[in-house]
Amino acid sequence: MDVIVCVKQIPDPETPAAAFKVDEAAMQVLPAQGISPVISPFDAQAVEAALRIKDASGDGSVNIISLGPDSARDAIKHSLAMGADEGYHLKDDAFDGGDAWTTALALSKAIQHLGVPDVLIFGRQAADWDQGTVGSIVAELLDLPSATVLRAVEMTGDSITVSRVVADGFENIELPTPCVLTISNEFGDPRYPQLRQIMQAARKQVTELTAADLGLDASEVGAAGARVQMHALFQPTSDVEVEIIEGDTPEEKAAGLVNALREAKIL
Amino acid sequence: MASILVFGETDDAGLTAPTLEMLGAASRLSGDLGGGVALALIGSGLADAAAVAGPAGADTVYTADADSVAAYQTDSYLPVAQGIVEQDSPAVVLMSQSSMGRDLAPRLATRLGTAAIMDSLGLEVEGDRVKATRSCYGGNARQVVTVQTDPQVVTVRPKSQDPLEADASRSADVIAVDVAEPTLRARTTGKEQAESEGIRLEDAEIVVSGGRGLGGPEAFADLESLAGVLTAAVGSSRAACDLGWYPPSQQVGLTGTVVSPTLYVAIAISGASQHMAGCGGSKNIVAINKDPDAPIFAFSRFGIVDDYKKVLPALESAFAEALD
Ligand SMILES: Cc1cc2nc3c(=O)[nH]c(=O)nc-3n(C[C@H](O)[C@H](O)[C@H](O)COP(=O)(O)OP(=O)(O)OC[C@H]3O[C@@H](n4cnc5c(N)ncnc54)[C@H](O)[C@@H]3O)c2cc1C
Ligand SMILES: Nc1ncnc2c1ncn2[C@@H]1O[C@H](COP(=O)(O)O)[C@@H](O)[C@H]1O
Repeated sequence: MDVIVCVKQIPDPETPAAAFKVDEAAMQVLPAQGISPVISPFDAQAVEAALRIKDASGDGSVNIISLGPDSARDAIKHSLAMGADEGYHLKDDAFDGGDAWTTALALSKAIQHLGVPDVLIFGRQAADWDQGTVGSIVAELLDLPSATVLRAVEMTGDSITVSRVVADGFENIELPTPCVLTISNEFGDPRYPQLRQIMQAARKQVTELTAADLGLDASEVGAAGARVQMHALFQPTSDVEVEIIEGDTPEEKAAGLVNALREAKIL
Repeated sequence: MASILVFGETDDAGLTAPTLEMLGAASRLSGDLGGGVALALIGSGLADAAAVAGPAGADTVYTADADSVAAYQTDSYLPVAQGIVEQDSPAVVLMSQSSMGRDLAPRLATRLGTAAIMDSLGLEVEGDRVKATRSCYGGNARQVVTVQTDPQVVTVRPKSQDPLEADASRSADVIAVDVAEPTLRARTTGKEQAESEGIRLEDAEIVVSGGRGLGGPEAFADLESLAGVLTAAVGSSRAACDLGWYPPSQQVGLTGTVVSPTLYVAIAISGASQHMAGCGGSKNIVAINKDPDAPIFAFSRFGIVDDYKKVLPALESAFAEALD
């Protein structure tokens, strides 16, 4: 089976809250000192899902697409080091300031440019903006069936069986190919590239594609084509002041807490 | 034509709590947008739910009532939802950030030539736009956004909006919508219900949650015992779920359930932003952690710095005594 995975490079979502800073005027997150950007964790799991499909089917390819500035290349290289075959970097100043819609539009053109594969895989959400819409928008643009927020993916002959995480359990869904899938963290850990694979991936060519290569006019993508506008970006503040319950023994602390909760009329 | 069309969901009790909350928000916002509130229900056996829509704030209810749409499936709901939006032509479409909403909203918005804003916490009207405040960067930041195309599709986080006081004197016009036999490409073939003993996380007044610091799955039995005393639900951090210590259905956080109980007791949880994204709305947080510098204390009203293993038995007896 042939699979394409769309991946995004983002500021490390495990950045400690204390190191997380926003430039409110520019409405941008400032790079944290000494913490490198990473492939969005769900996207690494999406690559893992694709590699398992390829392994199980015995042939086919796993190709990677990422849209973004120079740093997007690292998400592609990481995916190649995990075992993906080819990488495509959608890189153009015209893409700057885009939103989920313009990103999905460019990705769908790139997918058509490469040829729609059997399966298209996305992360359930990019762990920067936490929106979780690009996979579904691409599915709609390419008129493909989709299943989102998956914890398991299996091939059964020509069709795909997936397990979707829903509020009160899991749903089993069967899809024909081609189809669009989005992967959730319940899928399990992605493989970690070995040094040898990282070196091999470093030597691999990544194909760059511009808006024009995809038949897109600059007015359709980036800030010009965006449908969602941001008006503010800020860090929430917490106004609670913690009261640490002291005590010489655990029993004293426990009793102190229960008392405090009663006095505050919480209990 | 309504100014706001809410896609509701139903359960055994009628309209789900998030649906009532969205109707409350829609009633509040619709005045500024200059139009009424419509509710769209897709499902089977909708009469009872439709009957409570008026008292809950809807002026109109669209019901797409058919066995073929009894449960949510992307391919069967999408054309029905599209039909209702085109019939009503609202300025704004609201959906819950539920299993249905996260799947349906972006596809529906794209089909309608517009865009969706997901998981909004706050909604205000400015001019003819709905300004949505939403969490991003794993809970570390908030952004304020608008959809510039029409209709404006927005999903709403459960518990972020207030429902109206039910007013029995109000009623809504019911408009039945035809449901064509769906063409299913992706089809649901079965469902595994999470074993749901006790109180549902999202309904609980008190939640007791455990994290990686518990050290193993056994400790969750002690949390369940404490929860029994407090009539609480048991939640967990993703780290504990990923380790297989507790079922994913009990995960609290950005990619789990969002809870906002009166009291949230976080035991051996560090307080990562993605966890707080799911419990930060709790009215009171209490943390038990052996590390005095654990970030969770910055969000907590009360804290105990100690090994949970020592505190938990004492805490259970103290609560049992107090609540006796
Ligand atoms: C994109 C993304 C989405 C995520 N979504 C979620 C989500 O939905 N929900 C979620 O919870 N996480 C989520 N996470 C993970 C999150 O970043 C944290 O890794 C996770 O919440 C940590 O879980 P924890 O607090 O249980 O474990 P840890 O961070 O390992 O903390 C364990 C705590 O236990 C304390 N401890 C250890 N031993 C004891 C003891 N004996 N007694 C008392 N205290 C003790 C330690 O001091 C520590 O504070 C997400 C991460 C990413 C990147
Ligand atoms: N710039 C991008 N380049 C490639 N894939 C992306 C990009 N942005 C989002 N995606 C994919 O779409 C998924 C959902 O992203 P989002 O809708 O932005 O939360 C991500 O997990 C990726 O698989």
